[in-house]
Amino acid sequence: MSLAKKYSKEVKQILSKYPAEHKRSAVMPLLYLAQREEGYINKEAMQEIGKLLDITETEVASIVGFYTLYHDKKEGKYRMQVCTDLPCALRGADQFMESLCEHLGIKVGETTADGLITLESVTCLAGCDKAPMFQLQSPDGLEYHENMTVDKTMELIEALKKSGTEVK
Amino acid sequence: MASVILRHREIPDINKLNIYKKNGGFVAFKNAVTKMQPSEVTDVVKNSGLRGRGGAGFPTGVKWSFIDNKNWPHYVVANADESEPGTFKDREIMESNPFQFLEGVALASYAVGANAAYVYLRGEFWQVAAFLDEKIAEMEAAGYLGENLFGTEYSLKIYTHLGAGAYICGEETAMLESIEGKRGQPRIRPPFPAVYGLYGKPTVVNNVETLTNLPLIIQNGADWYKSLGTPDSAGVKIFSLSGRVRKPGNYELPFGTTFRQLIYEHGGGILDGHPVKAIMPAGASSSFILVDDKVLNTPMDYASVRTLGADLGSASVIVIDDTVSIDWVINKTIHFFKHESCGKCTPCREGTYWMMHLIDRIHKNGHSKADVDLLLNVARQMQNKCLCPLGEFSTMAVVTGIERFSQDFKVVSRNS
Repeated sequence: MSLAKKYSKEVKQILSKYPAEHKRSAVMPLLYLAQREEGYINKEAMQEIGKLLDITETEVASIVGFYTLYHDKKEGKYRMQVCTDLPCALRGADQFMESLCEHLGIKVGETTADGLITLESVTCLAGCDKAPMFQLQSPDGLEYHENMTVDKTMELIEALKKSGTEVK
Repeated sequence: MASVILRHREIPDINKLNIYKKNGGFVAFKNAVTKMQPSEVTDVVKNSGLRGRGGAGFPTGVKWSFIDNKNWPHYVVANADESEPGTFKDREIMESNPFQFLEGVALASYAVGANAAYVYLRGEFWQVAAFLDEKIAEMEAAGYLGENLFGTEYSLKIYTHLGAGAYICGEETAMLESIEGKRGQPRIRPPFPAVYGLYGKPTVVNNVETLTNLPLIIQNGADWYKSLGTPDSAGVKIFSLSGRVRKPGNYELPFGTTFRQLIYEHGGGILDGHPVKAIMPAGASSSFILVDDKVLNTPMDYASVRTLGADLGSASVIVIDDTVSIDWVINKTIHFFKHESCGKCTPCREGTYWMMHLIDRIHKNGHSKADVDLLLNVARQMQNKCLCPLGEFSTMAVVTGIERFSQDFKVVSRNS
C-alpha cells in the first residue's frame, strides 16, 4: 500500500497546512491516515512517511511510540478506552470497568476472542461530568460514549457485532 | 446574568454562522481589522485584566506584548489540548460556541500580527477537530478568514492540528514541538515562545477559554469586563465541577463566587448528603484544600484561593467527600503523572516512577510510616527541580495530601 497513491488528495491537503520548509509537521496527520488502513501503523507506512517528509524511519517510529493513540500492532477492531482517572473513578468508573471485564470475559488490556473489542484503561478524556465514559477508537476515528452503564455498553457491542462491517 | 462564554445555553443555535452573526458575531474582528491598530487591541485586552484561563493565570495582553517584533512571521497557537483530570470546559466551548472561539483566535492573531494560527486539539477531540474544520471553511467562504480581509492588507488562515494522546502537549513548548512533528517534550525556557516559538518564530499560545473571551471584550470594552469579576480577578470563569457532587458540569460564574455557592447552589450538593472533605481546585495537579466552613465561604478568585494553600489554576474543581480516603486519591494522581511524564528530565521521569511504586506498596502492604515518609521525601526532592510544570504538579497532591490529611496515612495493617 502506498499512502501517496491511495490517499493522494488527503496527503496533499495535509501538507498544505504547514510551511513547505517545515513539512515534518505533517507526520502526525499522516500517521492517522496510515492507521486508517488496519488500525495500526506498519513498518512500510513508517518508511513511506519518513521518505515523504525527509526524516528517518526511526524518527517516525519515535512519534508512534510517544503518543498513545498510535499503535504499531494489531489488536481488536475497536479499542474501548475507558477513563478510570480520578474524576471518573469518583463516580464509579473502576466498578464499571470491573463489571465490563466480567461481562466480556477479558481483563484490561485483552481482546475479545472474536477480535472485536480490546478493552483499555486510559487517563482523563475531558468527560469528567459524564462518567462512566469511554472512547471507541476504530481505524476510522474516535467517538465518545458518555453517561454509560454496563447494559448500554453491552448493547453497543452487540450493535457493533451486527453492524455488517466484517471483523478480520 | 447573560453568559459571556457559554452563550449557547441561551442561544442554542449559536454554532450556526448566521445565528452567530445575528448576535453580534464578527463585529469585534471587523472593527479591529478595519479601525484599530494591533497595539490598540492589545491595550484593550491588557486593560480588561484578562488572565490566561489554562491554569497559569498570566495576564493575556502582557503576554502578547512580549512578542518579538524584529523577527517574522509570527504565529498564534490555540491550546485546545485540555487534558488535566477534572477539566472539560474547552470541549464544550468548541462544540457549542465555536465561532466565538475562532473569532477570538482571529483577534489574537491580528493583535500580534500573525497570518497563520494553529488550533492544537488533543487527539481524543477527533470529532471536535472535524467540526472546527467545517466552521473554519464557513468563515473562509463568508470572508472572515483568508486574504485581504475586509479590503485591508491583513490576511489570516486558521488550521487545526490533532495531537495523539499526551497530556504533556498542553505545556506550551511541548505543544510547539508536537506541531513541528516531534515528540511532545518541553523545551528549556527561556527563551519563551514570544521570542522563540513555532518554527523558531515569535508565537503566542493561549487557552481556548482565554481566546473565547476576546470578542466580547473588544466589543464591550475593558471596563465592562473588569466590572464582572473582582479587583484581583477580572471577568468570568468557567468552573468545571466534578467528583462527588450531584450535578457535575461546567458553570460560568463571576470570579468571587464562593466554593459553597458552586458546590451547593449550582452543583446540587454532595451525593447522599455527605459532607465535603477535600477540594482540588485545579484538577489533579492541585494541592488539597482541607475543607471547613471558612473554606466553603471563600470566594474563588486567584488571590483568595492562594490563602488556602492552593491555586485556582484552570478552576477544575474536584470535590471529595468523606467516603473517600486521600491515599486512594493520590494513588490515582500519581499513576496519572507517571503515565504522562514525557521522560525528558530525570527528576520527573524517575520521581514519578518511584512515587508510583511507593504508593502501590503502601496500598498492598498497609501504611508503614517508613514508606509514607519515603514517599513524601521523594515528592519533596522533586520540587523545584523539574524541567516543566508537569513534574511539579505530580508532587502537589502527594505533599499536601500527606501533610493535611495525616489521618488517612496512619498505619492500618502490617503483618510483620
